[in-house]
Amino acid sequence: MNTTNHCFPIVSPTIDQVGVIERASRFTVRSIKKDAKMEGLKMVLNMIDLTTLEGMDTEGKVKQLCYKAQHLHDSVPGLPTVAAVCVYPNFVALAKKELGNSGVKVASVATAFPSGNSSLEIKLNDVKMAVEQGADEIDMVISRGRFHRGDYQYVYDEIAAVKSACGNSRLKVILETGELGTFDKVRHASDIAIAAGADFIKTSTGKIKPAATMPVTLVMLEAIRDHYFKTGQIVGMKPAGGISNAKLALHYLIMVKETLGPEWLTNKWFRFGASSLANDVLMQIVKQQTGTYQSADYFSVD
Amino acid sequence: MNDSKNGSWDLSPAPESTGHIKLEKSYDLFINGKFQPSAGGKRYKSINPANEKVIAEVTESTEADVDKAVKAARAAYDKHWSKTSPRDRGKYVYRIARMIQEKARELAVIESLDGGKPIRESRDVDIPLAAAHFFYYAGWADKLDYAFPNRKPKPLGVAGQIIPWNFPLLMAAWKIAPALATGNTVVLKPAETTSLTALKLAEIIQEAGLPPGVVNIVTGHGKIGAAIVNHTDVNKIAFTGSTDVGKIIQKSIAGTDKQCTLELGGKAANIIFDDATIDQAVEGIVNGIYFNQGHVCCAGSRLFVQESVHDEVIRKLKHRMNSLIVGDPLDKNTDIGAINSREQLATINSYIEIGKQEGAEFYQPDCEVPSEGYWCRPSLFTDVAQSNRIAQEEIFGPVLAVQTFRTVAEVIKKANNTPYGLSAGVWTDKGSKIFNLTSQMRAGVVWANTYNKFDPSSPFGGYKESGFGREGGLHGLSAYLKT
Repeated sequence: MNTTNHCFPIVSPTIDQVGVIERASRFTVRSIKKDAKMEGLKMVLNMIDLTTLEGMDTEGKVKQLCYKAQHLHDSVPGLPTVAAVCVYPNFVALAKKELGNSGVKVASVATAFPSGNSSLEIKLNDVKMAVEQGADEIDMVISRGRFHRGDYQYVYDEIAAVKSACGNSRLKVILETGELGTFDKVRHASDIAIAAGADFIKTSTGKIKPAATMPVTLVMLEAIRDHYFKTGQIVGMKPAGGISNAKLALHYLIMVKETLGPEWLTNKWFRFGASSLANDVLMQIVKQQTGTYQSADYFSVD
Repeated sequence: MNDSKNGSWDLSPAPESTGHIKLEKSYDLFINGKFQPSAGGKRYKSINPANEKVIAEVTESTEADVDKAVKAARAAYDKHWSKTSPRDRGKYVYRIARMIQEKARELAVIESLDGGKPIRESRDVDIPLAAAHFFYYAGWADKLDYAFPNRKPKPLGVAGQIIPWNFPLLMAAWKIAPALATGNTVVLKPAETTSLTALKLAEIIQEAGLPPGVVNIVTGHGKIGAAIVNHTDVNKIAFTGSTDVGKIIQKSIAGTDKQCTLELGGKAANIIFDDATIDQAVEGIVNGIYFNQGHVCCAGSRLFVQESVHDEVIRKLKHRMNSLIVGDPLDKNTDIGAINSREQLATINSYIEIGKQEGAEFYQPDCEVPSEGYWCRPSLFTDVAQSNRIAQEEIFGPVLAVQTFRTVAEVIKKANNTPYGLSAGVWTDKGSKIFNLTSQMRAGVVWANTYNKFDPSSPFGGYKESGFGREGGLHGLSAYLKT
């Protein structure tokens, strides 16, 4: 197991809840118009991890999603693809095949997603399976129970072990912020994940409410910024769940730009985990181009 | 990470429209319920500080006009307002509050055009707070006996009110709302560079059907303020502005029985301890000094940072300063608008020169500013000494002077080592530290883990050369009553 040489305890700064909420709401009064809006909307599309994580997922559903990932709305030329398709491990091979050399990555959840309640051995096997099937990215969950018990070393070691098992695949660490309770804990979990080698930190599984919110994302972005200030290393961010409209997504991008900087405005370092966001963004793009809103029926539901 | 400039995804212009506002080409004086020309008849131009274009002409009043206004206020007090039932007074004040809300968009645009402040602030802060003050004091109008039990509070009579250019409509609201609610009549003079929203308020007061003469608004320069102060039939002077003028007013009314409240300058200490939530504190520093271009008497213009976190705070502050957008006040994305006047810009620039000569380290982000108009980028001086002029004198601009400290005792001593005492800020995660500090700080308002928060129910005012008397809350009522 990789325990690296990080010295415990990891001491995180405290977070003022009122201040964070106030700062987060300030991003939402930025007015994003015209060229900036179009550029922003296309950026959003290109940052989406198109996701299906249901018990009733089938090959047919995954195939449809993979097609949509590459052809968001073919009647509008010049649209980007999404960043990745996010599935359970048993659909990785299929997704990989369907996406071919389109550049769209395959992300797989692993580590006994979504609860994370299993042995480390099973979690690592879960990761290995996804990696062997060709997953470009692994979305793991932290052991929230251990975290709440104060067993931070365990949480750290587990992330570090999963990171080793990922090989060349990039690791996104899901904190499940809706189960952490306070911004202080979110910050602490962020710092542990980053120290243990996360390439991305991610808010939520999408199975727990609240999922991503702007304030909780801001707390995580600040952890990323502090790490960057200390080490010069860039860590990515993925808010997931609850971001279903274009306007909100644009406000997230404003938050990323003003908190971290424009270097993060790429799908290499920022992602949206979402299933229904793409269609609203597409609708807004068509509105920008034609001046009128189209019916939702003109956009494929996958 | 790019610390110098936001290189990509720049926001497109998002200007607030101006088509809906109604402005006269030239404004008369509002006396005895009517707009009427001055006997002297001179006019001067009110310009937009963002492009130096003329917005409207405003009347330069004469002493005769002031006398007329005071007589109108006296007559209104004797004939109408002192006989109006408290409940009806409240109804009028409520009506003004509602009409400000109804016209909020127009008032916000005019405020930004005339004064240079960002539309985000006039829309989200100035105008809503102005309405809130009228609402708040309207509620007190018929409950004064409960505010001062067994005291039988009585109005003072005619109040002469002189307000500054940094929050034009809001300061008018702070002055007029409690005066009316307590049964006084008013002669108000707005600042010469920012009279337009006060004149729009006069239109609202007219439309609200207040008895003629209850509120009179005379425009012009400082000597008109002096004429109000020196008028023998004025019972109360309420002034917000510079400490220099406040001293002149104090001298002028010495030996008279005029009541007086003064809200003057400030050089507030904003104190960051090493256990503060740094990211939120940085936001508080920005709100403290760059809000309204730093044209704020309670601005947190002296920053005290505990030495162990100094480098982190300054790095994060500089990073945040680079995300501030300076420019067109009417653009919805503007964070820092235009400096209010050419004179004020000259003052600020002279202090920046002084700071450099004093050897402090200077920093400004290299953001673009428009070619016309009066602009000052957010500015930061580090390595400042307590004996530097930039740490002692009120600059009234977006210029922050940063000092370090080691212990609680040291910072209290330094923070209080100023002739001013209007406000202060303290940032720490420890509640006990907050209470220790706030009880020792000689400042009228002390904000803990926030800054520049205003509410009509909270009194505001200063110690020492920052003035005396309180505005807002119950305290604000007593400033207009014999109790």
